[in-house]
Amino acid sequence: MQIIEVQKLSKEFKGVKAVNEVSFDVAQGEIFGFLGPNGAGKSTTIKMLCTLQKPSSGRAILNGFDVVKEAREVRKSIGLVFQDPSLDDNLTAEENLDFHGRIYGVEGKARRARIDEVLELIELSDRKKNLVKTFSGGMKRRLEIGRGFLHYPKVLFLDEPTVGLDPQTRNAIWEYIHQLKVKEKLTIFLTTHYMDEAENCDRIAIIDKGEIVALATPAELKETLGGDVVRLVTVNNQLAKKELVTKLGIFAQEELGGLVFQVTEGEQFIPRLFKELDSEILTVTLAKPTLDDVFLKITGREIRSDEGAESTTALIQRRRGRRG
Amino acid sequence: MREDLGAIYVIWLREVLKFWRDKSRIITSLIQPAVWLFIMGKGLGSSFRGPGNVGYVEFMFPGVIGMTVLFTSVFSAVSIIWDREFGFLKEILVAPISRSSVVIGKALAGSTTAMLQGSLVLVFAPLVGVQLSIPVILKSLAVMFLLSLALTSCGIAGAARMESFHGFQLIMNFFVMPMYFLSGAVFPVSGLPAWMKLVAVGNPMAYGVDALKQIILGIQEFSLVRDITVILSVTVVAMGIAVLVFKGEG
Ligand SMILES: Nc1ncnc2c1ncn2[C@@H]1O[C@H](COP(=O)(O)OP(=O)(O)OP(=O)(O)O)[C@@H](O)[C@H]1O
Ligand SMILES: [Mg+2]
Repeated sequence: MQIIEVQKLSKEFKGVKAVNEVSFDVAQGEIFGFLGPNGAGKSTTIKMLCTLQKPSSGRAILNGFDVVKEAREVRKSIGLVFQDPSLDDNLTAEENLDFHGRIYGVEGKARRARIDEVLELIELSDRKKNLVKTFSGGMKRRLEIGRGFLHYPKVLFLDEPTVGLDPQTRNAIWEYIHQLKVKEKLTIFLTTHYMDEAENCDRIAIIDKGEIVALATPAELKETLGGDVVRLVTVNNQLAKKELVTKLGIFAQEELGGLVFQVTEGEQFIPRLFKELDSEILTVTLAKPTLDDVFLKITGREIRSDEGAESTTALIQRRRGRRG
Repeated sequence: MREDLGAIYVIWLREVLKFWRDKSRIITSLIQPAVWLFIMGKGLGSSFRGPGNVGYVEFMFPGVIGMTVLFTSVFSAVSIIWDREFGFLKEILVAPISRSSVVIGKALAGSTTAMLQGSLVLVFAPLVGVQLSIPVILKSLAVMFLLSLALTSCGIAGAARMESFHGFQLIMNFFVMPMYFLSGAVFPVSGLPAWMKLVAVGNPMAYGVDALKQIILGIQEFSLVRDITVILSVTVVAMGIAVLVFKGEG
């Protein structure tokens, strides 16, 4: 079943098309990632799906409800973790969750049990009674994620869930996300501009300048690049180049005193290389294609171009500043 | 409907809880009324007298309660700007609750805290020579609650779209202070020039202070029924505007 169906969804801000006729479906229970540089339109798409902004045109159906005409039903079906902080620092962790549970109609005993369960999962049980303003950035982020799924939503939206966090916390957050998928059978829609993180998704849409430029599984996207890159340096590169053609059917390029070529399964290929080549091998390196390469190939730019990298730092600073 | 009541309750609960937790704010909020009563009141009282047979400090007493209610209400309404600034407003606005329950919850929380804060000023009564009976106290609390409901609703309507505190400064200087001075809290409205009287007539504070004066001192300019009717009407209109302003955004 398709839990989210989006058709030609657009959002225009004073003549600027932030999102331009995007169409995609999200299946129930999958982790769907929106990958793109700063300003690509990720947050705007999320806001439209969450009824916080009205689309300029197009249609989106979530859990069977139209995001414009049945906003309240849509809101009941979703949990949302915003890009920017949204906790009440002057309440405790428990009170923040309690507010959320009440406002989403999780009643009485069930609410208290659920709060404990959520705190357990995000490993904050021992900080239950502490004011949120005493939390670190990573703890706040975990609490926000916990709050997002407290009321048993059908879809959990995570807008840049890991931005500005250290690698350890990022891993922990990914662990929760995978647990949620399994334990709570949640559909997860997330945005990121970390390429390595996008690999955790079941499917990824690459969005650039408001348009979806690719949509597939991470493996499929990487396959479009034509496989792993092998770089070989031998005693006699000329000879090796000929041998590659005659014995293995591979046409290599000469580059900086070595030979470069692509193969589909690099790990299995390297042993064959040693067996077949007569020229003595000095070094072999194998590079797996990353989503960075995919993005580069599709858009002709690095996702973290100078401009992008700069805004990421700015973002981190903003988050830190805001979280005081 | 039941969902909405639940939502109103939660919104109310959060504000009241935070008010209650901030004891230092509750105490420091008593300094201003004390300054008005004991410095301004006694000072001016040595040269001026209130209307009729009332001493100036006594005359000011209901007005100072009104002032406390006014400032607490404004503070509550402005919590919306804080909520926006620190992001919590998004959590409220994306929830499956109606915009009216957000406004009603906030307004009720504002009037609860303003009533509590105002009731603390009643403690000064013996010091300024005002006798309070239980019925007078209860009636005053009711008026404080209603007045604050009107004022908080106006404040929410004004603050709902505000992105920063610059606008708030403007509101403080151009609305709140004149509202206070033209309410009959510090000097009677009856002796003012005509144009100022006109402003006073449209000022919800004037009716609240008038009602408090009637209850506490037995002096009046309007009838109590008129006071309450105006206060309630302002509440309804301001809440309506606040809901519309909120609905406008997403
Ligand atoms: N409220 C708004 N008014 C005007 N322009 C806006 C508004 N919100 C977003 N935009 C513009 O729309 C474009 C997409 O913004 P969006 O926030 O969706 O990007 P994003 O992909 O989430 O980027 P980031 O990685 O920085 O969060 C940007 O050019 C932005 O300036
Ligand atoms: Mg964004």
